[in-house]
Amino acid sequence: MLQGALDMLILRSLVLGPAHGHTIAHAIAQRSEQVLQVEHGSLYPALHRLEDRGFVASFWGTSENNRKAKYYRLTPSGRKMLAAETSRWEQLARAIAQVLNPVDGQ
Amino acid sequence: MTWRRFFNRRRRDEDLQREIASYIALETDDNIARGMSPPDAHDAAVRKFGNVTRVREDVYVMNTMMPLDTLWQDVRLAVRLLRRDKGFTIAAILSLALGIGANTALFQLLDVVRLRSLPVAAPDRLVKVSLPPGSERSGSFSSRWPEMTFAQFEEIGRHQRIFTGLFAWSSRGVNTADGGIIREVDTLWLSGDAFGVLGVRPELGRVFGRDDDRPGCAPIALISHAYWQRALGGDASVLSRTIRLEGTSFEIVGVTTPGFYGLDVGRRFDVAIPLCTDPLLNPSNRLETRRSWWLSAVGRLPSGVSARQATEHLKAIAPAVMKSTVPPDSSGDGIERYLANTLQASPLLSGVSDVRDTFGTILIVLLAGTAIVLLIACANLASLLLARGTARQKEIAVRLAIGASRQRVVRQLLVESAILVAAGVGAGTIVARGLTSVVVTQLADGMGPVFLDIQWNLNVLGFTAGIAALTCLLCGLAPALKATALAPAAAMRADGRGTTQGPDRFRFRRLLLIGQVGLSVVLLLGAVLFTRTLYNLLNVNVGFDQQVVVAGLSHRSLAEGTLDERQLLRERLRDAIAAHPAVADVAASRNQPLSGRWWNDYVYVDVSSEKLLSNFNRVSPNYFRMLGIPILKGRNFLPQDVRQAPAVAVVSDAFARKAFPTGDALGHTLWIETPPGQPARRIEIVGIAADAKYEDIRSDFEPVVHLPAAQDDELREAAWFVVKPRGPIDDLPAAIEQSVAGVNPAIALHVTILSRQVREGLLRERLMAGLSVAFGSLAALLAAIGLYGVMSYMVTRRSSEFGIRMALGAHRRDVVRIVVGEAGVVVAIGLAIGIPLGLGAAAAARSLLFGLEPTDPATIAIAVAFLAAIGLLAAYLPARRASRLDPVEVLRME
Repeated sequence: MLQGALDMLILRSLVLGPAHGHTIAHAIAQRSEQVLQVEHGSLYPALHRLEDRGFVASFWGTSENNRKAKYYRLTPSGRKMLAAETSRWEQLARAIAQVLNPVDGQ
Repeated sequence: MTWRRFFNRRRRDEDLQREIASYIALETDDNIARGMSPPDAHDAAVRKFGNVTRVREDVYVMNTMMPLDTLWQDVRLAVRLLRRDKGFTIAAILSLALGIGANTALFQLLDVVRLRSLPVAAPDRLVKVSLPPGSERSGSFSSRWPEMTFAQFEEIGRHQRIFTGLFAWSSRGVNTADGGIIREVDTLWLSGDAFGVLGVRPELGRVFGRDDDRPGCAPIALISHAYWQRALGGDASVLSRTIRLEGTSFEIVGVTTPGFYGLDVGRRFDVAIPLCTDPLLNPSNRLETRRSWWLSAVGRLPSGVSARQATEHLKAIAPAVMKSTVPPDSSGDGIERYLANTLQASPLLSGVSDVRDTFGTILIVLLAGTAIVLLIACANLASLLLARGTARQKEIAVRLAIGASRQRVVRQLLVESAILVAAGVGAGTIVARGLTSVVVTQLADGMGPVFLDIQWNLNVLGFTAGIAALTCLLCGLAPALKATALAPAAAMRADGRGTTQGPDRFRFRRLLLIGQVGLSVVLLLGAVLFTRTLYNLLNVNVGFDQQVVVAGLSHRSLAEGTLDERQLLRERLRDAIAAHPAVADVAASRNQPLSGRWWNDYVYVDVSSEKLLSNFNRVSPNYFRMLGIPILKGRNFLPQDVRQAPAVAVVSDAFARKAFPTGDALGHTLWIETPPGQPARRIEIVGIAADAKYEDIRSDFEPVVHLPAAQDDELREAAWFVVKPRGPIDDLPAAIEQSVAGVNPAIALHVTILSRQVREGLLRERLMAGLSVAFGSLAALLAAIGLYGVMSYMVTRRSSEFGIRMALGAHRRDVVRIVVGEAGVVVAIGLAIGIPLGLGAAAAARSLLFGLEPTDPATIAIAVAFLAAIGLLAAYLPARRASRLDPVEVLRME
C-alpha cells in the first residue's frame, strides 16, 4: 500500500474520537470491506511517525474490556493534514478514474 | 527533537513493547469471544500482528542515528578487548600519559608566559614607551624594568599628542618589617592615570587617580586581592587599616580585583602605591634625581593608530624631551649622546616579563624535547598495535569475509587507539599538573616569588586535543590500514606457525624502531650536554670561598648625619657582628658578590689611553684574606689607607692584563671618569689580586678595581658585610640579626648564604638538566621497550627456523648472534641518523651550554654508549630465549 495512503486511513479513523491501535486496525479493515489487507503490526511504525510529526497525540488509557491500551487522538494539525490529504487524494482518484474510464468523464 | 528521540529510544522501545502486548491481549480477547480456545486465540492474535521484532526495529531505526549507534558498539568492543589485554593497555596508556602530559605542561607554561594577553581592558591598544636599546643612559638603575627617569616621563606627558592616556609604573620588593630580618611585599608604583588607562576597577574601596598623585601627597596604598586574602585573611574592615612600608604607615584605600596582577607576567604585586610617595621609601629622591632610572611607561593608543605611528610621533618629540631632562652631572660628550636619544612605542599586548625573557627559549627547547618523547611513545604504540593487528589477523579476516567493509574494520581499530589516547590524555592531565608545579616551584627558587596562573584555557585545550588527535592518527592509522590490507582467504589459510616469515614482514616496525632510536639519541645528547653544563657550573672556579653570608643593613641612620657619624655607625655594626661567637670574621664589601648587581665606571690608566670599562668594589683590608683571594703582587690595603691618605686600589689580575697588556700594573695610576669641571680622581695601583667572578658565575673573569672601604666618601646606601662563620653557616643569619639588633633594633637586614644563592642562581641549568635527563631516559626506555617487543615477536615467529638451524648444528651462540645482530643493525642505523640531528639541535641550543662545545666528543660517546648498551640488553633477552629453544620441541609443534 502507498505510504501516504496508510497515514490518511489512520487519521481518518481517528476523526470520530480517540482510539487505540487494535481498534484502528480493525476499523481500517472493516471500512475498506476487507479490501485493504494491512498487516496489523505495520500500523505501529506509522502511528509512531505520525506522533513524531505532531499529527496525532497519544495517552495510555483503559479499553472497553478493561485492558491497558495506548490511545491516539487527532491533533488540530492532524485534522488540517487529513483535510489536505483527502482533497489531494480525491483529485488524484478523479484523475485516475478519468484516465481509466474517459467516457464517464465530463 | 531528534536528540530527545535519540536519548529516549530505549524508553520508547519499552513503550512500544507494552503497546504491542496490549494489541495481542485485545485481539486474543476478541478471538476468545469468537469461540477459540485461549492458546489458539493467542497464536492467531500473534499471527495477525505480524513480525514483532521487525516492527520494533523499524521504530528503533526511526529513533536512532545509525553511525552513533555503531560507534557505541565499536567503543564497547574496544573497551572489552583492551580490558582483556591489561598489560598492553597499561603500558600504552602510561607512555601516552607521559608524552601528552609533558607536552601539555610545557605548553601551559608557554601559554602563560608568552601567549596570554594582559588582564586589562583592550590590551591590544597598549604600548610600552621606552628608549631604544643602546641609548645613552647613565646613572643608577632600580626596579625590574628601569627604562625611564621621572623627568622623562613627565616631559613625554607634556609633549605627546597621540596617546589617549599615559602612565608610568615601577616594581620591587619593599620591606614591611620595622627592623630585624626584612619581610618584603611586592610593591607596584603607579602614576595617577594608571587605573584609568588600564581600565582596572576596585573590588573594595577605591583605586587612586590623578589627584592622589601630586608632590607631597598622602601615603595611601591599594592591596591586591591575593595579598588581601593571603596576608589579611580577606578582612572586610581592611579599608580602615594601614600597612608599614620601610617604616612609614600607608593607609589602605582599596583592594583590586582578583584578575589584575600588574603588567609583569610571572610576577604579581601585593601593594600598589602612587609614584608621589616614593620619597617616603627612598632617601635618594628618585622624583628629583634625573639620574635615577626606575620607571616604565605605558600609553594607550586611540583606535586606528598603530604602534609605528606612535613611534614616529615619539621620535618627533624626543629632542624636546631630552633637552629638558639632561642629567645634571653629565660630562660633555655624554650630554651630546644623551640629547641624541630617541623614543619608541612597542606593543604591550602580553605585558613585560623577566620570567619570559629568561625562560621563554628554554620552554621552547623543552617543548621540542617533549614533542620528541611523544613521537617515540607514538612509535612504540604503533609498533604494539601492529603486533596486535598481526595477532588478530584471523579475527579481522573473518569479519572481512562475512561482509564487513574495510572502512568499518579500520574504524573499529581506530576507535581502539582513540580510547587509548583518551585515557592517555586523562592520565596526562595528572602528569601535567605535577610537572607544571615542579617547574613553577623551581622558578620560584631561582627568581624569587614567581606567580604563574596555570589554566586550562582554550589555547591549552586546543593544543592538547590537537596532539591527542595527531597521536591517535600517528599510532593508530598505519597499523589499522596494515592489519586490514589482506585477502581474507589468504589470511585464514596461512597459519603463521610453520612458515618462515620473510624480513619484509618486519620492515615497517623496523623503520619505526630506527626512528625511535634516532630520536632517543637526540634527547640523550641533550641530556648529557645539559647535565655536564650544570656540573661545570657547580664546579666552576669562582675564585673565592662561597661559604660566607652576605648581609645588607639598611636604615635611615645609615644614610643621614655627617660622613664621620655614618662611618662610625658602620664600624660599630661591623664590630658588633664580629663579636658574636658564631662569627669568625667580618669584611665590608659595597658590592654583593655574584648577585647579578654591579657597579662599573670608565677608567683611564694614562691620559692618552683608551677608556676602559671596569667593575668596582669597595672592601675592607681583611676581605681578600677572608675570601681566600691571594694578593699576587704588591700589597693589600692597610689601616693607614684612610680618606686623608692618597687614594689607592688593588686591581684584579684581569684588569692588570687588560689595562697593561705589556707592562706591570703595579705603581701605575688610574683615573676614574668624572663630570666636566671636577678634578679627575687619581688612584694609585698598590696591589694585584687574583681573579674572582664578579656578578655572574657564567661570565669570564672580568676586570675589577677594588677600592678601600675606608676611603669611601659617600656612604649613603645600605651597609654591606661579608661574614665568615666559625661553626655551621646556618647559624649565621640569626647571629647577625641578634648582633645588629643590639646596636639598633630598627635596622632592617637582608641576609643570604652565598653558596646557596649561587646554587639557586643556577636554576635555568638545573631545570634543563633535570628535565632533559628525565625526557632522555624516558625516550631511551621507550626505545628499549620497543626493541624488546619487536625482537621478542621476531623470535616467536621464527622459532621453527631457529629450531631447524640448531637441529642442523648451529650453536646457541650463533642464534644469539643472529638476533642481537639484527637489533644491532637497527640501533646502528638509528644512531647514524640521530647523531647529526642531535648535533644540529645542540648547536641551536649553544647559548644554554657552559664549559663545553655542542660537538663535545665525550658527550656523543656517552650518549651512544648508553643507548647501545640498553639496546643490546633489550635484544639480548629475546636472543637468549631463542637460543634456549629445544629443537625437538619446536619441530614437533609443526
